[in-house]
Amino acid sequence: METFDLLMQGFGIALEPLNLALVIFGCALGLFIGAMPGLGSVNGVAILLPMTFLVPPTGAIIFLAAIYYGAMYGGAISSIMLGIPGASTAVATTFDGRPLALAGKADQALITAAGASFIGGTISVVLFTLFAPPLAEVALAFGAAEEFSLMMLAFATFIGLGGDDIPKTLFSIFIGLVLSAVGLDIISGEPRLIFGGLPGFFHGINFLVLAIGIYGIGEMLWTIESSHDGVKVSQASFSIGRIATHLKGLKHSLKASFMGSFLGYFVGILPAAGATPGSIMAYGMAKTMSKDPDSFGKGNIEGVAAPESANNAASTGSMLPMLTLGIPGSPTTAILLGGMVIWGLEPGPMLFVEHQSFVWGLIASLYVANLFAMLINLAFIPAFIGVLRMPFTILAPIIFVLCLVGGYAPTQNMHDVWLILIFGIVGYLMRKLDYPLAPAVLAIVLGPLAETSMRQALLMSDGNLMIFIERPISGPIMGGAVVLFLLPLLKLLRKPRVPVSD
Amino acid sequence: MRRAELLMALVLGAFSAYLMVKSAELPIGWIPDEGPGGGAFPFWLAFGMLLCCVWIVARWVRRKSPPSRSTEPYLAVTTRSTIIRVIVALTLMIGAIHFIGIYLSIPLFLLYYVRVMGGHRWPLSVAVSVITPVVSFFFFEIALRITLPKGYTEPLFYPLYDIFM
Repeated sequence: METFDLLMQGFGIALEPLNLALVIFGCALGLFIGAMPGLGSVNGVAILLPMTFLVPPTGAIIFLAAIYYGAMYGGAISSIMLGIPGASTAVATTFDGRPLALAGKADQALITAAGASFIGGTISVVLFTLFAPPLAEVALAFGAAEEFSLMMLAFATFIGLGGDDIPKTLFSIFIGLVLSAVGLDIISGEPRLIFGGLPGFFHGINFLVLAIGIYGIGEMLWTIESSHDGVKVSQASFSIGRIATHLKGLKHSLKASFMGSFLGYFVGILPAAGATPGSIMAYGMAKTMSKDPDSFGKGNIEGVAAPESANNAASTGSMLPMLTLGIPGSPTTAILLGGMVIWGLEPGPMLFVEHQSFVWGLIASLYVANLFAMLINLAFIPAFIGVLRMPFTILAPIIFVLCLVGGYAPTQNMHDVWLILIFGIVGYLMRKLDYPLAPAVLAIVLGPLAETSMRQALLMSDGNLMIFIERPISGPIMGGAVVLFLLPLLKLLRKPRVPVSD
Repeated sequence: MRRAELLMALVLGAFSAYLMVKSAELPIGWIPDEGPGGGAFPFWLAFGMLLCCVWIVARWVRRKSPPSRSTEPYLAVTTRSTIIRVIVALTLMIGAIHFIGIYLSIPLFLLYYVRVMGGHRWPLSVAVSVITPVVSFFFFEIALRITLPKGYTEPLFYPLYDIFM
């Protein structure tokens, strides 16, 4: 019952007027960002993080978490109304959401999406509340070797489960880690990788610079290119009566929502997987388990409920390793983690001991955010559909300006603004060639930690690499990482057995 | 696309090699009682980057990766000019911040984007170009107390500082 008491204390913090206002504002803003085609939670959190210096750290994190939540709800809106996913996490929602909208059932699809998101959010937050304290307790025993092995496991998930081109994924991890090494060496204090002797490199490359570059500038360039052709917004009409009818109709897709929630939550915990694959898997599972799989893709409401519950559940799931172990479960939580470090709230097991009220305030705020995101979503659906009609040629330049001013604010150095532009352009060009960029963002956040823990562990063992394998907890974790690294290789070895037809 | 894939791998490979050389400015070996030298971590990672580039080129030769098989142009003809104009406008804006400050370069950028590229009406374009910097001023300079760069326009803001700070 200790958990329950702590959670109640947390509600005390989450319901403070300022924090409650931040949750509501964050949810509304998140819904807006999610509904914009091309912008998702990660873009919103990266671009808006510098703005949160206005409020105390607890409020800032609560606000960013609310954006994360709102964006997961909002993604469905453009998936259904435009047939373009509002964020990659809502890709699976287009499969059935778009046919429903074309058949004149957009309102049913939107309301089911909101309802399913709420179910996914609620189940996952409850799971989170139950899992987080014991996991943090176990993690308290972790030393440098375990920390390093965990990070290797996180990176290994990109190789084993990411599904992207392997050398390009590896490259992305490596370059993120190298960029994190720029600046003063943590142990000897010597300057290193000072490119061109520019003084701006002495304070290192802030993760926000890379994140805003890739998810701000790069993403906008990407969206400008991909949304070149005009899009058509579907029609939807709403009334209280219809909302009530459709919410009651939600019980038909309850099974799909529950399944999606559990699946999404556990997939969300994995750093490489997260909300996008989680929702696609939930969609696939709902389809296979349905009595009428052929109707999927033609406008089956379960095909909206399953991925929408899954992507919300996954967003909560990705917070579990971030808060308890200090290993982010998604790019968005990687940026949150970086933000927490700036505010002196180092995530990891110690957070549950040293900043107990913050942790539980954040957890309680997730319950609150989930509720408000649904209410705001249902109440203002017409307004969010209006967002889709907003011309991109007005929004894009404003977002560009926000990226540059926001990138300048934390360090107040023009050097960083130039870096943001360079990372944005290079990131865009690399993304066009299928280089995954999320691993680089994760790597630049984890880099300093990875290097410190590796060097400390090696110092303890006097240079013996076996320390990562011989320690009782580190060993199995490292073993898991090695298996994941080798997984694609095993697939390659098995391939030649398949007869080649040509 | 195929040519771009090779070119990107070669450029990134050269960058990796540069990083290795740069890392080697610090000790990359084992220092007794101190553990690995300061350059070791980035050096071996940059070496890993280089290996990845070699791997990517090898896959390019064997036409294994989708971009190395693609015959589509790297930048589609329909969007190429838009993307280039956006990048040039952004670069000019950031460059201009050093001289005329944020409060002149941002409106110019917005005006160009909304009016010229977006083709919106004058009143709307001017409204966007004026409101954005005004909001930024109140948010960053007044609320957050973060001074944004103003270049030669700094003296124009002295009266505003007197009023608000």
